[in-house]
Amino acid sequence: MRIRVLAFARVREVLGSGEQILDVGDGSTAADVWQMLCGRFEPLKSLASSTRIARNGRIVSNGEPLRDGDELALLPPSGGG
Amino acid sequence: MFAIVRDPIDTAALAAQVWSDSCGAVVTFAGIVRERSDDDRTVDGLSYEAHESMALAEFERIAAEAAQRFGPCRIGIVHRVGDLAVGDVAVAVAAAAAHRAQAFDACEYAIDALKARAPIWKQEHYTGGASEWIDNACRSSARSGAG
Repeated sequence: MRIRVLAFARVREVLGSGEQILDVGDGSTAADVWQMLCGRFEPLKSLASSTRIARNGRIVSNGEPLRDGDELALLPPSGGG
Repeated sequence: MFAIVRDPIDTAALAAQVWSDSCGAVVTFAGIVRERSDDDRTVDGLSYEAHESMALAEFERIAAEAAQRFGPCRIGIVHRVGDLAVGDVAVAVAAAAAHRAQAFDACEYAIDALKARAPIWKQEHYTGGASEWIDNACRSSARSGAG
């Protein structure tokens, strides 16, 4: 299945882009995608504890299974205002 | 009344939007880019980015919470993204209510909640070329942080 990954701030800098399309196996979870990205982008590992993941606009637990067409947003600590 | 914008923010226009005949008070807050960082470095400018749809949903939730806590009020929240210079308005909140106490409380609640929860990110750019992402949760208190 195909998902869209959005990345912001520090995480975006590590991934090198704010948006990418990933092909992942059926039944993949948010945690699976994170691990896959950590395999490709080593510095991402250091951001694991501070990064939240949102699926289609809602914060999810790592074990939540994804569906084709989902948007997964990687959200480091915010700094608005 | 909730927006993420790339152009300059008109705080007075936001205040006019939230006001209605039943409101005797409108409180506005403008968070403005200043020239010194919290650790006393000279700031040339800031860059903001946002997850826009999530940020707008958060603004709506915050406004609903303020009305629940402080009684009927109308809140507007606008945050700018992109590159901002010293003196630019980064965020504006306007709260209108029947009386001033409600309006003050609602406005303060909204900006504090925005800083704590909204998926918006800020990078400070310092004279000399260094840049740093700012984490609001690391600031000592909601009121003393920038903006």
